Amino acid sequence: MDLSTLLQQLVNGLALGSVYGLIAIGYTMVYGIIGMINFAHGDVYMISAYVTAIVIALLTFFGIESFPIILLGTLFFTILINSAYGWTIERLAYRPLRQSTRLAPLISAIGVSLVLQNYVQISQGARSQGVPTLMSGSFRLEMAEGFIQVSYTQLLIIVVALLGMALLTWIIQSTRLGRECRATQQDRKMAMILGINTDRVISTVFVIGAAMAALAGTLVTLNYGTFDFYIGFIIGIKAFTAAVLGGIGSLPGAMLGGILLGMSESLFSGMVNTDYKDVFAFSLLVLIMIFRPTGLLGKPEVEKV
Amino acid sequence: MAIDYQYSNKPDSLSSNELLFRIRKSLLDAFITTLLALAVFGPIVGLELDGYDFQLQLKSLVSILGVIFTGRLVASLFFQTSQGEKLLEKFSRKDTSIRVQPLNQKAANGYWIIALFMLAGLMVPFLASKYWITVIILGMIYVLLGLGLNIVVGLAGLLDLGFVAFYAIGAYGLALGHEYLGLGFWSMLPLAALLAALSGALLGFPVLRMHGDYLAIVTLGFGEIIRLVLNNWTQFTGGPNGVSAPAPTLFGLEFKRRVKEGTPFHEYFGLSYDSAYKFIFIYLILFALVWAVLYINHRLTKMPVGRAWEALREDEIACRSLGLNHVLVKLSAFMTGAAVGGIAGVFFATYQGFVNPTSFTFFESALILAIVVLGGLGSTKGVVIAAFVLTVMPEVLRDFSEYRILMFGLLMVLMMIWRPRGLVRMTRSSFQPPQTVRQAMEGVR
Repeated sequence: MDLSTLLQQLVNGLALGSVYGLIAIGYTMVYGIIGMINFAHGDVYMISAYVTAIVIALLTFFGIESFPIILLGTLFFTILINSAYGWTIERLAYRPLRQSTRLAPLISAIGVSLVLQNYVQISQGARSQGVPTLMSGSFRLEMAEGFIQVSYTQLLIIVVALLGMALLTWIIQSTRLGRECRATQQDRKMAMILGINTDRVISTVFVIGAAMAALAGTLVTLNYGTFDFYIGFIIGIKAFTAAVLGGIGSLPGAMLGGILLGMSESLFSGMVNTDYKDVFAFSLLVLIMIFRPTGLLGKPEVEKV
Repeated sequence: MAIDYQYSNKPDSLSSNELLFRIRKSLLDAFITTLLALAVFGPIVGLELDGYDFQLQLKSLVSILGVIFTGRLVASLFFQTSQGEKLLEKFSRKDTSIRVQPLNQKAANGYWIIALFMLAGLMVPFLASKYWITVIILGMIYVLLGLGLNIVVGLAGLLDLGFVAFYAIGAYGLALGHEYLGLGFWSMLPLAALLAALSGALLGFPVLRMHGDYLAIVTLGFGEIIRLVLNNWTQFTGGPNGVSAPAPTLFGLEFKRRVKEGTPFHEYFGLSYDSAYKFIFIYLILFALVWAVLYINHRLTKMPVGRAWEALREDEIACRSLGLNHVLVKLSAFMTGAAVGGIAGVFFATYQGFVNPTSFTFFESALILAIVVLGGLGSTKGVVIAAFVLTVMPEVLRDFSEYRILMFGLLMVLMMIWRPRGLVRMTRSSFQPPQTVRQAMEGVR
C-alpha cells in the first residue's frame, strides 16, 4: 500500500470519525450524568436523516435552490425537531424510572429504540430513501505517486463537526448551563441541594445529545445520500464504541475516540477486508471493554456503598 | 418518592373561580403537549417521502394530534380531581420488592395442576393440525430461550443483549456438525449445550468482573460479531444462503418419505407417510425437555447457587463483602443460560430444517428480552406465559403484524414504568433451618 492510498484512507477515516464523535457525545454526556446507556440514541440519529430529507424536499418544493440556505435551513429544522425527540423520549421513557433499578432504564431504552424504528418504518415505508446530490466536487492533492481526493462534503463534515464540538465545549466550560451540567455530573444529590433543577439539567443533556446527533445525521445524509430506518443501530453501536474508547463521560474523549475509531476502521477496510469492518469495530469494542474499560481519557469508577 | 400532600385536606367542593383556573391550566397543558407532538410527529408522519418529493398525510397527522390533545386534556382534568389524585398516589407508591411466602404455607400450585398441563400438552400433537403443532413448537422454543435468558437477566441480574449468539451457536452447531462431522440431532444436543456454555464462559469471564451496563454492550457486540461472521464466512457457513439441518431420528429411524439406507419411520410401523410425524416427534422431545428445564430451574433457585445469583442481583457489594466470589457466581449463571439457549438453537434448526443468519438478528435478542421482562424478571411461570403470548399472538393477529415491533417496544417501556418486576411477580419460598440447627441456635442465645 502506497502513501497516497494510506493518506486517502486517513482522510476518509477523519470524516467518518467526526460523525462518530458527534453521535458519541450523546452517549457520553448521558452516561456521565445519569449513568445509563441511552440505547435509543442511534435511532434518534436515524430520525434526523429522515427529517433532513423531508426538509430538503420541502425547501425545494417552495423553490429554494441555493445551497447555503438549504444547508442552514436543514440544519436548523433538523436540530429543532431532533431536540424535541430527545426531550420527549427522556420525559416519557426515562424520567419515571429515576428511582428504579439499574436495569430498568436500559430495558426501557431498548423499547424506545424498537418503537422509533417501527414507527418510522410504518409512517415512511420500509424502502430505503435518499436525497438529491446538492454539493459535488472535490479538492485534489497531487502527490509523488497518485493523489488524495477530499470531497467538499467531507470537508464540510469535518469543519461543522469541529465547530459543533467547539461550541459545545464553550457551553460546558463557560456558561451557567454548563456549570450546572458539570455539577450534576459530579454529584446529583448535592447539586439538587444547592438549588439546581437537576431534572431540567438532565433534559438539557438529552437535548444536547439529540442536537449533536442531528448535526451528524444531516451531514452524513448530505454526503452519502441514502438511508433507511435501520441505519441507527449499527452507527449507534459504533458511536458507543467511540465513546468507550475515548473514556465514557468525557467530552473530548468522545471526539478523540470517534476519530480514532473512524480512522482505524477506514484503514482496516482499505487494507484488510471491507466485509469484516463491522466485525472489526465490534471486536475493538469488546477488547476495550475487557482490557481498558475506562478508555483513553476516562476516570476509573469507584463503587461506593 | 415524595408525595405531594398539599391538596390532601382540601374540601370537595371548589369555588367556581378555582374550577375555571384548573380548566384553563389543563387547556394550556394540552395545548403545549400538542405543540410538542406536532414537532415530533409533524415531519415523520405528516410528510411521507416519495423519491425526492413528498406527500402530505394530513389525515393521520391530525388524528394523532387530536388523540394526544384530548387525551392530555382529559388526563390533566382527571388527575386534579380527588379520585385522580388517589390513582396517581397509587402509581407513585409502587411495591417493587419480591414476595416471600410465609413459613408453613405449602405452595399454592398443587401437583394436579402440573399434571393437568402435562396431560393437555401430551394430547395436543394428536388432536391439533400440523400448522398448530408447528406454532406451539415455536412457542416452546421461545419458552426455552426465555428460561435461559431468565436465569441470566432475571435471577442473576446480568443484562445480556446478545443472547441470540448462543441460540445461533446451537442452531449452526447442529447444521455445521451434520455437514462437516456427520453428527446427528442426538449427539449434537448435548454438544451444542456444551459449546454454547463454553463460548459463554469465554466471553463472560473477562467481562463479568466489570460494571453491569458494560456487560450489556459487550454481549450486544458479541451477538453482532457472531451474526456477521456467519453471514460473511461463505465457504464455511454458506453465508446468507444458510445450511440445511438434519431432522431428529427415533432410534435410527428417519422421518423422510424415502431414505438411502434402512427403513423410514412410517414403513417400520406400517403407517402411510405423513410430514406431520416429524413435527409430532420434535414436539414430544421438546415438550419433555421444557419440563426438564423447568424442573432444573425450579431446583436451582432453591439451591445455594441460585440463592447466590439472586443475592448478587440485589446487592453486589454486600455479597462480595460476605465472601461470595462474584465472578464465579455470575459465570455459572451466564453459562447455564447460554447452554439452555444452545439447546433451543438445536431445536430451532431441526424444526426449520435449515438455518441462515437472518434468524439471529438483534431483534431476536430484544424479543427474548421482551419475553423475560413481560413475564416478570425471575418468574418462571410468567416467562412461560409471556413466551406463548408473544409468539402465538402474532400468528393469530396477522393483520396487525406491521405493528408487532411497535407493540413490543411500547410494552417494554410501559412495563418498566408500571411493573418493573413483570406481570407475574416472583415469589420465593421461605426457608427455615432444620430442627436440630434451630435448637443449637437457641442454645447459643
